[in-house]
Amino acid sequence: MARGGIREKLRRSSLYTLANIRTKPSYRKEEAASEELSGYPRVIFVNQQTVSDDTPPPIFCTNYVSTTKYTLFNFLPIALFEQFNRVANFYFLVAAGLTFTDYAPFDWPSQVVPLALVVGFSLAKELYEDLQRHWQDMTANCQKATVHVGNGVFESKQWRDVCVGDIVKVKKDEFFPADLLLLQSSYEDGMSYVETMNLDGETNLKVKRALQNMSLPVVADDDKAVHFSDFRPTIRCENPNSNLYTFTGNLEYNGHIHPLDPAQLLLRDSKLRNTEYIYGVVVFTGNDTKVMQNTTQSPSKRSKIELQMDKIIYLLFGLLIFISIVSASGFGYVVRNLVPLWWYLMPEVPGEDFDINNFFVSGLRHLVTALMLYGYLVPISLYVSIEAVKILQARFINNDLHLYDEVTGVPANARTSNLNEQLGQVDTILSDKTGTLTCNQMDFLKCSIAGCPYGKRPSEVELAAAKQLKALDTHDEEASIGSLSDTTSLEAITITDDGNANKSQAIKGFSFQDDRLQNAKWLKEPNADVILLFFRILAVCHTAIPEISEKTGELTYEAESPDEGAFLVAAREFGFHFIKRTQNSVVVRERLSMDQEPVEKEYNILTLLDFTSKRKRMSVIIRDESGQILMFCKGADTIIFDRLADTGKQYLEATTKNLNDYGEAGLRTLALAYKKLEENEYSDWYEKFHKAQIASGSNREELLEELSDVMERGLTLVGATAVEDKLQKGVPECIDRLALAGLKIWVLTGDKMETAINIGFSCSLLRQGMTQICIVVSAEMLAEAAKHVIKENILSQITTAIQTIEDKKETRAAFALIIDGKTLTYALEDDMKFQFLNLAVNCASVICCRVSPKQKALVVRLVKEGTGRTTLGIGDGANDVGMIKEADIGIGISGVEGMQAVMASDFSIAQFRFLERLLIVHGHWCYKRISKMICYFFYKNITLALTLFYFEAETGFSGQMHYDDWYMLLYNVFLTSCPVLALGVLEKDICAEFCLQFPALYQQGPKNLFFDWYRIIGWLANGVYASFVIYIVNLRIFSPESFRKEGQTADMYVIGTAMFTSIIWVVNVQIFLVSHYLTQVQLHTIWGSIVVWYLIVYIYGMTPVDWSAGNIYHQLPEVLGPAYKFYLSTIFVTILCNMPYLIHISYQRCYNPEDHHVLQEMKNMKKDVTDTKMWKREQVKATQDTEIGLSARVDAKMRLMKGRTTRKYSSLAYSSS
Amino acid sequence: MSNVTTPPMNPNSSPPRKINSHRPTYSRFTQQELPACKPILTPTYVISAFMIVTVVFVPIGLASLFASRHVVEIVNRYDDYCAPYGSRSDKVRFIQSDADKTCNTTITVPKHMKQPIYVYYQLDNFYQNHRRYVKSRSDQQLRNKNYENDTSTCKPEDSVNGTVPIVPCGLVAWSMFNDTFSFSTNNNVKLPITKKGISWKSDRDHKYGKDVFPKNFQNGSLIGGAHLNESIPLSAQEDLIVWMRTAALPTFRKLYGKIEVDLKAGDTINVIMQNNYNTYSFNGKKKLVLSTASWLGGKNNFIGVAYLVIGGLCFVLAMTFTAIYLVKPRRLGDPTYLTWNRSPAGH
Repeated sequence: MARGGIREKLRRSSLYTLANIRTKPSYRKEEAASEELSGYPRVIFVNQQTVSDDTPPPIFCTNYVSTTKYTLFNFLPIALFEQFNRVANFYFLVAAGLTFTDYAPFDWPSQVVPLALVVGFSLAKELYEDLQRHWQDMTANCQKATVHVGNGVFESKQWRDVCVGDIVKVKKDEFFPADLLLLQSSYEDGMSYVETMNLDGETNLKVKRALQNMSLPVVADDDKAVHFSDFRPTIRCENPNSNLYTFTGNLEYNGHIHPLDPAQLLLRDSKLRNTEYIYGVVVFTGNDTKVMQNTTQSPSKRSKIELQMDKIIYLLFGLLIFISIVSASGFGYVVRNLVPLWWYLMPEVPGEDFDINNFFVSGLRHLVTALMLYGYLVPISLYVSIEAVKILQARFINNDLHLYDEVTGVPANARTSNLNEQLGQVDTILSDKTGTLTCNQMDFLKCSIAGCPYGKRPSEVELAAAKQLKALDTHDEEASIGSLSDTTSLEAITITDDGNANKSQAIKGFSFQDDRLQNAKWLKEPNADVILLFFRILAVCHTAIPEISEKTGELTYEAESPDEGAFLVAAREFGFHFIKRTQNSVVVRERLSMDQEPVEKEYNILTLLDFTSKRKRMSVIIRDESGQILMFCKGADTIIFDRLADTGKQYLEATTKNLNDYGEAGLRTLALAYKKLEENEYSDWYEKFHKAQIASGSNREELLEELSDVMERGLTLVGATAVEDKLQKGVPECIDRLALAGLKIWVLTGDKMETAINIGFSCSLLRQGMTQICIVVSAEMLAEAAKHVIKENILSQITTAIQTIEDKKETRAAFALIIDGKTLTYALEDDMKFQFLNLAVNCASVICCRVSPKQKALVVRLVKEGTGRTTLGIGDGANDVGMIKEADIGIGISGVEGMQAVMASDFSIAQFRFLERLLIVHGHWCYKRISKMICYFFYKNITLALTLFYFEAETGFSGQMHYDDWYMLLYNVFLTSCPVLALGVLEKDICAEFCLQFPALYQQGPKNLFFDWYRIIGWLANGVYASFVIYIVNLRIFSPESFRKEGQTADMYVIGTAMFTSIIWVVNVQIFLVSHYLTQVQLHTIWGSIVVWYLIVYIYGMTPVDWSAGNIYHQLPEVLGPAYKFYLSTIFVTILCNMPYLIHISYQRCYNPEDHHVLQEMKNMKKDVTDTKMWKREQVKATQDTEIGLSARVDAKMRLMKGRTTRKYSSLAYSSS
Repeated sequence: MSNVTTPPMNPNSSPPRKINSHRPTYSRFTQQELPACKPILTPTYVISAFMIVTVVFVPIGLASLFASRHVVEIVNRYDDYCAPYGSRSDKVRFIQSDADKTCNTTITVPKHMKQPIYVYYQLDNFYQNHRRYVKSRSDQQLRNKNYENDTSTCKPEDSVNGTVPIVPCGLVAWSMFNDTFSFSTNNNVKLPITKKGISWKSDRDHKYGKDVFPKNFQNGSLIGGAHLNESIPLSAQEDLIVWMRTAALPTFRKLYGKIEVDLKAGDTINVIMQNNYNTYSFNGKKKLVLSTASWLGGKNNFIGVAYLVIGGLCFVLAMTFTAIYLVKPRRLGDPTYLTWNRSPAGH
């Protein structure tokens, strides 16, 4: 959003003033005038772009779209600024700048080169990513559009040259270059079909209608071609905004004013389908388009480990400052008290380094030097290394064949790589239901017509229940017969159903089976007329478009929702073929009996009242062939029931009963109703409605809604439908495994409570014997009571529930919390949310029903902030975007609902079930890898930096180093970087199968066992210890006596090289000990680093003195090579430095092993193959205590049977009344 | 968000060939199935690792200690007694005066010393590693006479009166040690000291020029240490070359020369010293060291003791682990050690 702001300013300041200085005032005046006139701020003069008028049209932004983060000119400044915004990088920048002064303890390359490499790498990455975006933009901007250039001539122009007011022709399957106002389409009635998958992720087609009653100028010889050269209307409309579903304005042409609404607006990035061509006027261009207004930057998320790492970096900065101050004070002391005596320094001559007369200033200046010298405490390459490692880890996730969905051909995709390790620390999963747990494929399964239930096939929930009970039955034959008696019928269904299950599955979306209705037998049913009406409503009351396959001639439907599609398929199977839709009518081929020929009936659509999530219903007002005006309505049962006429409640009771049954069976239900209208009744209403339609201003929507509400009353109930929302493959098993791994799973769904509960049962989030705590407020109370009364009521429900949980703690009772959206609105308010959270975390599963997208995000935030645990949001639809963005990790299901959720997510997977592997395998590995890697990184830098400090103390704190500058330069970027990268990418404590078989291992992540302060401090201490040993031992071995047979003594750089050799060995052997999993890559990098070190010293020493500093000239072959002490010190120091760690891990492994240690041993001894009984038993035990999932179900049942008490399942349902 | 403007790919409409192209290709690397050795620290490994360290370290320690034992080292501090009684209270004035600085002493050889016997001087509390000191030199100038004027790094001892460059310039050369030692046996037979070969060959050959001669050295107002013979090239001035290799610690030894005859135990050696070098200003000690060298160099018990101690410690550790293992063995891969078995959470 910030980017948008900048661009806005640019556009205003430069473009206006440069291009339009003179015309600006006139435009302003005109705009102001027209605003007063019509209430719309934006005025567009259509088709006047090329006309050289005195008053040029107002300047709108161009259609050039740029999503890049940088431009050519601001790339370096902005990208560099971002880089140096990191504290560590800024510090190194300052340090590098200071190396050019005399403060520097070393030459400039040793600071500048690593910094340049590190920043250069990051810049290259940014540049690459931005170039990718730029190419995408360019392909978009350079697409061709057909634009009217005057006199009826259309020319091909690039998208970026399209201007507001242009008339554009778009052909079938082309994308709209900007937001267009539909003028005419290839259909006579001006209809067109649009696919908006890029915008809202919905795959179904949307109908757009051109303005009716507006006669376009027509070319004389061809009545279809519009003569656009004379067509110059004026459009007044709202300003650009981000709301995809609103648009108001009007079009003035030939003195008539036509109202505009969203139905005429074709949005950029949607696609024309099923329509040969359209003509449209460009209304919004470039960044003003709805789709661009909707682009928001995903919040950049950082993993908890990285946040903790920042703390360590601050700790190290603290240490850096501390030892720098020690060093500076030491220096000051030495300058004041000792240096005046050191004649060999010529102390009386003040230099850049000190002035004995002013020891305080000398000390301060030395502080700067010291801050640079000990900069090695903070690993400069840490961020870059972590970034590189994470990119590689992400590639492993992307390339994992186990996360690849063979059916859809979609692999997993780590869209942001900086959260990999967070995957291993998830505590709570907040999942969407539709499309995530379920397929979002609807099957018409049952219906209730005139109060009579039809449809015999059982739902999956019923099947699962039957199966479960059957399984338990065989488990324990002595179980009380009474409890099983009611399941026998279900079992019977199961058995009979198995045979013909495959046969009828052939029709997608239709699993209905009932001989009474099929094959036109419904005519013999008692209420045949109601059934006829029922089918007609199914076939007419919708917004779908039929598509006839050219090959088979089969009818398929492009519907707005899968439910609707299922209804049409059902209607088709019942003999009501919806075959054609025009602007004003729907044609249905009705087959009223088997022997009769089908009749085509045309229903004139007078008004269509759309479905919105707020209204939860849709209606069509039609005139049938007999001239009768009817209103068909379908919608949520509660909504419809509220609107029934007293005379229309004939079947209410029976239908309600059926609906309850369907709800229990986990089905989605809708109620159907109709109403007969008199001619004048309708025309009165329509007059008002039309007036509201063309009205302008903000209250238009409200007005329309009110009028719709008036119309949709006094209905007569016909029946209800029940469709099944199929569970995705492997969902119950996956939930079970995740629960066993100790993860909590919350379901946030827009569905109603009954459906949600049923899905909860079918995916084992709920089970019998669980106490269901329902926090609900009755509708009456919501409508009537004051807000504080409602809140008090909810609060009392929550406190009672918490009390109940407290009371039953001893009995291991499991609780499930079910709360509905309206109640949640209150429960999420600040004064109550923590009580709610407290209740929720004490429940084994939480289901929130009927929640809005915003509430989903709020719940995620509550859990995230209230518990401080890591949350994971998973969903597939546009309504999950908020939740996905809000959660610590957002996961998008790249399913059928389009790209919206995926675009907002951090990781995308094709199926819910892949979550198990993503978390339990990849998450676990990445967590361990990154934590090991970071600890080791700090260790190796402390080891190096502290030896510098000790040495400096011995030089009178003068800032002298005993290493050559090049050693320091190469240490972080070259000598020690490869092994740690290999560790971060390839380390594995246990193999993938074991991770999956022993889900309890996952808890190491959420409990943060491997990156807690205990461990971090341990590593830091190990670094301090190692640096100390390296320093002391090398000095004691090499000085002061001669260090070789020829009697020479060691100078500073000889000791420096010997010490550095020890460091290289120590840190490389350390990483060897740290690794559990040593592939060739790791072995090569470890030994390679050591060999490369000797090579560097050798080659660097052999370069002619003119080129190098000469400090280590011929050092290795002449000085150190022949000295035995050199090797003895290296061996001794390497062993001594690694001994504490070796003792620690030996002791731990031998006598206090961690789980993965034992499992590694088992694997090594092949116990998983030889002792399968133990292996299986341990797998069962290796689970977290859980109350949800399939295993918990069995577990609970077993407990129950052991207890052999006929305990009554208590069901606590709190209701407000 | 970057994708909004690109044409979408409808997964349903794309041909199956396209679908397969998304399939990750199999390789052992991408599937993270690379073969790896997974060393497991079983008690056997641990105990043998410690035992191996013991087995390797103890002989090395013994050999080092043995070598160190055989090194004969005579250390003689002379800065104190070489100051005449009268000037003990103000040694600094004494050392800066023109008085005669000759000083005699005798050393008794405690054990037979095989040639070559190395003669060192040892300075204490002398910060040759001070940054100002270390930086104050010009390697270019030392190497090549064309760089005679290259004295910018030598401050504050770069030139005489700011114009004429000093060769060799810098504090290091300026403060060169200038005490001298000569040895004779009690029979007044002179013991010759060889000064050839006390520096590194590469220094003589490459870092100090054969055509670079001292110039204007010690001509300034302040006289630091030794004077140099202006007729001898720097590459032949081995005392200078040794001095120029700055020491790491404030206590350091530098090679003075070699005595290439054996000394017998009980021999007394007369040493005539010129006590010229001022360490009195900063309370630095001066010591004369005569030492033989083993394969490990001079006398140094630390390395042998350290190896023995760590070797012994590893033996103790190996024994401890063995003891614990015998007393309370843990069967490898014993499931009872798994956390869920150790703290059963209500199962």
